[in-house]
Amino acid sequence: MTLLARSATGIRDDIAAGRMSATEICRASVERAETINSRLNAFNLIDPDRALARAADVDRRRTAGEALGPLAGVPVALKDNMCVRGMRTTASSRILENFVAPYDATVVRRLETADAVIIGKTNCDEFAMGSSNENSAFGPVRNPWATDRTPGGSSGGSAAAIAAQCVPLALGSDTGGSIRQPASFCGVSGLKPTYGRVSRYGLLAFASSLDQIGPFARSAADCATALSVLAGPDPCDSTAAHEPVPDYAAELTGDVRGLRVGVPRRFVTEGVEETVRRAFDEALATLHDRGATLVDIELPHARYAIPVYYLVATAEASSNLARYDGVKYGRRSAAAKDQGLKAMYSRTRDEGFGAEVKRRIMLGTYVLSAGYYDAFYLKAQQVRTLLRRDYEQAFEQVDVVTMPTSPTPPFRLGEKTSDPLEMYLADVFTVSVNLVGVPGISIPCGLAGSLPIGFQVIGRMFDEATILRVADAYQRATDWHTRVPEVAG
Amino acid sequence: MAAELTRADVERIATLAHLELTDEEKDLFTAQLAGILHYAEQVQQVDTTGVPPMAHVGAERTERDDEPRPSMPTADALANAPDAALDAGLFRVPRVIGG
Repeated sequence: MTLLARSATGIRDDIAAGRMSATEICRASVERAETINSRLNAFNLIDPDRALARAADVDRRRTAGEALGPLAGVPVALKDNMCVRGMRTTASSRILENFVAPYDATVVRRLETADAVIIGKTNCDEFAMGSSNENSAFGPVRNPWATDRTPGGSSGGSAAAIAAQCVPLALGSDTGGSIRQPASFCGVSGLKPTYGRVSRYGLLAFASSLDQIGPFARSAADCATALSVLAGPDPCDSTAAHEPVPDYAAELTGDVRGLRVGVPRRFVTEGVEETVRRAFDEALATLHDRGATLVDIELPHARYAIPVYYLVATAEASSNLARYDGVKYGRRSAAAKDQGLKAMYSRTRDEGFGAEVKRRIMLGTYVLSAGYYDAFYLKAQQVRTLLRRDYEQAFEQVDVVTMPTSPTPPFRLGEKTSDPLEMYLADVFTVSVNLVGVPGISIPCGLAGSLPIGFQVIGRMFDEATILRVADAYQRATDWHTRVPEVAG
Repeated sequence: MAAELTRADVERIATLAHLELTDEEKDLFTAQLAGILHYAEQVQQVDTTGVPPMAHVGAERTERDDEPRPSMPTADALANAPDAALDAGLFRVPRVIGG
C-alpha cells in the first residue's frame, strides 16, 4: 500500500534513483486494481502482461544507464474511450464490446514516450454520456468513499482508481464536466485543459467542439507534470493547438499573493447544498489568507449553460455517433439479417446503444432537424457566444474564476436515473467551462461527513499554469487532497 | 416555440437517426424528450439580436499541405468489421438495391 500512496513524480524519482523498480510498482498497481475492481467495478480491462513487459523495459533501460522519460515507470489507467493498439476499447458500450483498437491515441504515444506504464482501461458512462457512471453497459462504478454512492461521471472509473490508490495517474475526458465532477466526488484532483491543449486523436468522439482529454492525480502538482507530457500540437488532430507548452511543474511557486480570484457569488448561491457552500467559502478564505484578492464577478448567462450545453452536445453527438452502424466497428445485429441495409443499421443501433445514448442521439437529431434548427441549435450557439463574452469580461477583472465543482456531494446510485433532466442539472457548475473552451481544475476542499467536496478553479485560455499554481498553493496550505477513503486504507 | 412533442415526432426522429425503437422506448422518450425540450426552451428568452453563433472554440486554424502520407493498412482497418471481404479490401453490407 505504501508504494501506491506515492505521487507520480515520487515514483518516477524513486525508480530513477534505483530505490524502487518499475516492475515492483507495476505489480503492486495491477494487484491493487484487480482486488479493488471486485468492489468498485472501476476497470473495464486490466492488462498485466502488457504492463509488466513495459515496466521490465523501463527497468532494463535504467540499468543500462539510459535516460528515462518524465513519467518513467508510473502506472497509468486510461478511460476506456481512448484507443490503445491491440487493446479492447469499448467506451463502455455494447456496440463496441469487441472492438480492438487498430492504432494508438496520441495521448497513449505521449505517455509511453514518457515511459509511463499503462495498466488498463477504466469504466465510464457509455460514450462519456452521463454524470454518475450509471450509463455504463458494464455496470456502475462505486464511489470509494461510500459504495452506495456514484463516483460521478463520466470518467468515474479513472477518478475511483486514483482515490482507491490503484494508480497515481489516470486520464479522463471532459465534455461537460466528466473529469472535474468525478474528481470532486472521489476526492482527487482532475484537470480539464483548454480546448485544443491536448490532442484528441484516438479519443472516441462525443461532442467535438467540447471534448478534451486531461489527467487525474492526487495532487495538482502531478497534474502539472502529466500535462506537460500530454499537451502539444499533433498532425493527426487539426484542433490540437500550437501554443507553446510550458514546464507546468516548474511554475508551481506556491505564491498567490496579489492574484485576483473571481467569485460569481450570485450564480453559486442558488441550489448549492449547505455543506458545499461552506467548504467553498473556506477554500476562498484559505486563498485570501495566502494573499489572494477576492473579487465579486457576474456571469449573467451562466444560468443558461445547461440548456445550451445539452442542445449543442447532443447535436454534435448525433452526428459523431452516426458512424456506429454495424459496418466497421464489430457489432452487427443478427436480427435484421435479410431485411436490407437500413434495417441492419437501425437494429444494430437499437441493440448496441444504451438508453441515455439513444436519448441524446434523438434529442440532437431533433434540434438539428428542419423547423427546429433555428429555435434550438442556432439559438444555443448564439447564447454560447454570450457566455464566452461573460468569461472574457470576467477575465478583464480577475486572473481566475472559482466555483464549487458540483452543487452537492456524491449522490446515491439510482437517485437520479429515472429523471434525465435532474441528472443534467448536476452539471450546473462544469458545463460552461467546456462551452467557452477555458481550462478548469477540481481539487478536494472538504468532506460532508465522509463524502468529498470539490473546489473548481477556472482560468484564461491556455493559462493552465495559473490554475495549477492556485490549486497547488491551496494544497500546500491544506491536507484535504491527502485524505484517503477507508477502502484504500 | 412551445411545440408539443408527439409520439409521431419521436418516430420521425428515430427514422432520421437510424434507431429502431421499441414501443416502450417510444413512449418513454416522448415524455422525457418533451420535458427536456421544455426546459431547453428557456434559451429562447435570451435576446440574441446581432449575436453571431459560436460553432466551435476556434482558437486557431491549422491547415497542412495535401500530400499523400502512409496510412493504416487495409487489413487493420477491416479487422473489426463484422463482415469484410478481406481479399478485395472491402466492408460488406446487406443488399442495398433490388432483391
